[in-house]
Amino acid sequence: MSIARFWRETPRRYNLGGSKCTMCGTVYFPPRAVCPTCAHHRESIGKMVPFQLSGDGEVFSYTTVHEAAEGFEMQVPYVLALVRTVEGPILTGQIVDLAPEEVRIGLKVRATFRKLREEGRAGVIHYGYKFAPAEELPGPRPGGPRAAVGARTAPESDRASA
Amino acid sequence: MDAGIVSYGAYVPRYRITPAEIGRVWGSDGESMGQGLNVHRKSVPAPDEDTITISTEALRVALIRGAIDPQQIGAIYVGSESHPYAVKPTATVVAQAVGATPNLTAADFEFACKAGTAAIQTCLGLVGAGMVKYGVAIGSDTSQGAPGDALEFSASAGGAAFVIGREHVIARVEQTLSYTTDTPDFWRREGQRYPSHSGRFTGEPAYFRHETECARRIMEVSGTSPKDYAHVVFHQPNGKFPQRVGKQLGFSETQMRYGLVTPYIGNTYSGAALIGLANVLDHAGPGERVLVVGYGSGAGSDAFDLTTTDAIATYDRSYGRPVQSYLDSGVELTYGVYAKYRGKIHMGES
Repeated sequence: MSIARFWRETPRRYNLGGSKCTMCGTVYFPPRAVCPTCAHHRESIGKMVPFQLSGDGEVFSYTTVHEAAEGFEMQVPYVLALVRTVEGPILTGQIVDLAPEEVRIGLKVRATFRKLREEGRAGVIHYGYKFAPAEELPGPRPGGPRAAVGARTAPESDRASA
Repeated sequence: MDAGIVSYGAYVPRYRITPAEIGRVWGSDGESMGQGLNVHRKSVPAPDEDTITISTEALRVALIRGAIDPQQIGAIYVGSESHPYAVKPTATVVAQAVGATPNLTAADFEFACKAGTAAIQTCLGLVGAGMVKYGVAIGSDTSQGAPGDALEFSASAGGAAFVIGREHVIARVEQTLSYTTDTPDFWRREGQRYPSHSGRFTGEPAYFRHETECARRIMEVSGTSPKDYAHVVFHQPNGKFPQRVGKQLGFSETQMRYGLVTPYIGNTYSGAALIGLANVLDHAGPGERVLVVGYGSGAGSDAFDLTTTDAIATYDRSYGRPVQSYLDSGVELTYGVYAKYRGKIHMGES
């Protein structure tokens, strides 16, 4: 993607900038200039206002990607999900900070700011939204699938609060 | 000084690795190394995280907690030694991502591990002079140690953001001062991937001298002694150095209990003292005095004498995660996955 094209999409990718119809209240992402929900579409022209999504939502559906898109090779397997935001629009985004087997439909998620891709080692870095679990994250899992061999967690007595 | 901290937020990536796992790969006794350093685990950024994303996450939490309109921010300074670009500011991306652009000044700071505290001092100056309503200071890093180097056992990732202002201050800055010399204890030359350090020289003439001198000076100027403080936060390249410096100065373990976070997340460099301060503010009530003494190699210390105000009692911390949850949680990685995530594996040219 060209630098200019990505730059034009910055308000959307960085801040979830959508639009809202002031006539019927429907929220759109990406933003629309005309409201297709209103009975008389033309009447909504000029009545759509910028609207920033909160970033909160839940997993509507998802798939696990094993054959990575270019630039995502380091992250396989990763989850690509449809997230239904609390404002209504359904967004496509990567789920991070959670193993694919832990993702489920209905999981509460919140938008998080991440690197989307890099144009090689010398090129520009693109940033934007992904989604991380909004529910309480599980604690250390030394026996989990990604557990380190010989790994050890801090004994309770060593904790700063002790 | 009537300026101080209005709001704050911290962020630590989810992944962790233990010194034992690092030592297993390099044939050293990582467990003993970890105990010697008092570092039990260190945080590891995901492949899609860097200083820009960590800074943004921390600042978003701070702005929502403080109900601060990003358009009222007049300055954003990000202190780090791992800015993703050598040329192109971290601060502009962060400013755009929180909706603070375009009417503000922004810049990146670099002073090893104390760039974030230097940014707080700059914001205090701007706010105190009435040039800006809110100034934002962030200390954030995704630090790296060369594979097999002693630094690898502690160098980690995380950051914290502080909004400085004069209204609704939750922690008033009573005094701030610095202690700065030319001391070559730790550096990274242009184009070099990993930093270099001067071994044991990083101790006495560097960290300990600057921390103790700066702490003593600020207590002298403020007319205070260690017993006046409910909490103390030192820079924490490992879990041992701050304990030693605290003992030398006459602080108790109780005073240091919230400010010492490195044993559980590693050395987050520019984020280290600031995440410690965020943890203190997570637990503090009104009228508690806090001493913060940051340190950056090269070398210098910035000290802050803070007093929490009545406003901290009603400060809403419900958005975002408390620092303690970052200390307690995390997913441990094997060295192989850690090496992949940190770009330590040579992938060849495509």
